[in-house]
Amino acid sequence: MAKPRDDRAWLLVLPVLALVAFSALIPVMTVVNYSVQDTFGNNQFFWNGTAWFKELLDPSTDLGGRFFDALWRTLLFSGLCLLIEIPLGIAVALCLPRKGWGVAASLVTLALPLLIPWNVVGTIWQVFARGDIGLLGAAVNGLGIDYNYARDPLAAWITVVAMDVWHWTSLVVLLCYAGLRAIPDAYYQAAKVDGAGAWAVFRAIQLPKMQRVLTIAVLLRFMDSFMIYTEPFVVTGGGPGNATTFLSIDLVKIALGQFDLGKAAAMSIVYNLIILTVCWVFYATTTRGQSEASR
Amino acid sequence: MSDLAVPAAIPAARAPARRLAASALAPRVVLGLYILFLLTPIYWLVNMSLKTNLEISTGMTLWPQNPTLENYRRIFTDASWYSGYINSLTFVLLNSAISLAVALPAAYAFSRYRFLGDKHLFFWLLSNRMAPPAVFALPFFQLYSAVGLFDTPWAVALAHCVFNIPLAVWILEGFMSGVPREIDETAAIDGWSFPAFFVRIFMPLVAGGIGVAAFFCFMFSWVELLLARTLTTVDAKPIVATMTRTVSAAGMDWGLLAAAGTLTIIPGAIVIWFVRNHIARGFALGRV
Repeated sequence: MAKPRDDRAWLLVLPVLALVAFSALIPVMTVVNYSVQDTFGNNQFFWNGTAWFKELLDPSTDLGGRFFDALWRTLLFSGLCLLIEIPLGIAVALCLPRKGWGVAASLVTLALPLLIPWNVVGTIWQVFARGDIGLLGAAVNGLGIDYNYARDPLAAWITVVAMDVWHWTSLVVLLCYAGLRAIPDAYYQAAKVDGAGAWAVFRAIQLPKMQRVLTIAVLLRFMDSFMIYTEPFVVTGGGPGNATTFLSIDLVKIALGQFDLGKAAAMSIVYNLIILTVCWVFYATTTRGQSEASR
Repeated sequence: MSDLAVPAAIPAARAPARRLAASALAPRVVLGLYILFLLTPIYWLVNMSLKTNLEISTGMTLWPQNPTLENYRRIFTDASWYSGYINSLTFVLLNSAISLAVALPAAYAFSRYRFLGDKHLFFWLLSNRMAPPAVFALPFFQLYSAVGLFDTPWAVALAHCVFNIPLAVWILEGFMSGVPREIDETAAIDGWSFPAFFVRIFMPLVAGGIGVAAFFCFMFSWVELLLARTLTTVDAKPIVATMTRTVSAAGMDWGLLAAAGTLTIIPGAIVIWFVRNHIARGFALGRV
């Protein structure tokens, strides 16, 4: 049944529109405004055209080189997170009990890392991975491996990725579990009659039925890992050197640390556009798939 | 024919049974290992919070040798610490209330009607959920300073609306679309006015969705640091900012830091217990 058309529905959307416009539109316009101006302080601004954008998108300049380095680092980080978290999340979801007291207990335990403030997540891992007072750091050093995330870029990367896996895999698990629960028992019975093995059941029934929730999971995980700030900031501060300086960290450094308004604003806009483009492509393809499926 | 087939079938049936026992064990092992991986870092934090700084710095002990609540006592008696928790809870609750109040009618409009520009509006809303907080930090600072809300819980609550309202609309729309439209039509025929119908009939029907949306607003407002820290200095400083500033100012007081961290886990654990039955569907944003 198609939804009826009624433009009075706008009245119901108006409060949201007013509030989000106040909280989002004004700041975005401020950013756009700064991105085309330069200042010598004293609140005196003058027109600068697209100079900031040209500098930002040219890797041979200081700013551009810095931006592209941070961009590749962020993309690598998002890629690693998705590669580990999605398969691991599916695997754990398949292992969850389907009924009994274990369900609620497992779900609450799994969801626990999601509700810890992000800087506390950073603090937990900062402490946990330290060689002198942390269990993980001491254990790895005890095995004879030199592991120090404050000195060694590779160790810093492993720590930051492990932290993200620890923090967010549960989200993928919960999403997949919700998808698995929606599969009627009849499907499994039919598979049993056909003598299908566990792998065949997974490929032919479970994976296709999880497609929608996996879409949401990939979308959320991409967005959130691409704009990660707090956790690596607390653990490594972007270091050692610039090894874990992701886009957000660099942006905050430029905007609030150096107060370089024009550069920061141009960077904000490009950064935002990247996320928006990826999400739009993703959103468009998945909603198109859905409307075809429902037809 | 059947007499011959039966004895042959018995050993064949036994082998899958043994394999079944093994395959019933494997999931538990995987799940157990994963939960161990989740809980070990948290255990380490709690463990440290019950130790003195002397014990933390002098050696590795798997559990506190002389358990002490001294770190917690300092937090509960020092106003600069415990007021952080009060500030955090204030803006989190404000934000959840505002987000839900405006998201409910909007989600109803999106789930029930087509209207001019609805799809674009929906995507524009979602795009705010996708915008990195780092992008907003500086303009928010200037905006809320200009309107005189800087360093109040309202500034943080309104700032968090940018990503919580779209999320609440998205979740509620999913749950509302699961309620058959015949209910709306029947109520209209029975003479219910729209506001009365919405509050007394419709909202109870999507109570699970409202709970889940409230949970998510609480969650994302509670865990966010960057905006909360940027928009406050003294009076409304949230606990997450108190933690970072104390650490940088007074050196590393690991025991105190661990105790403060442990205390931030508790509100989340309580909230999650209330929505445990809806949580799986909730994380799928009502779309399963």
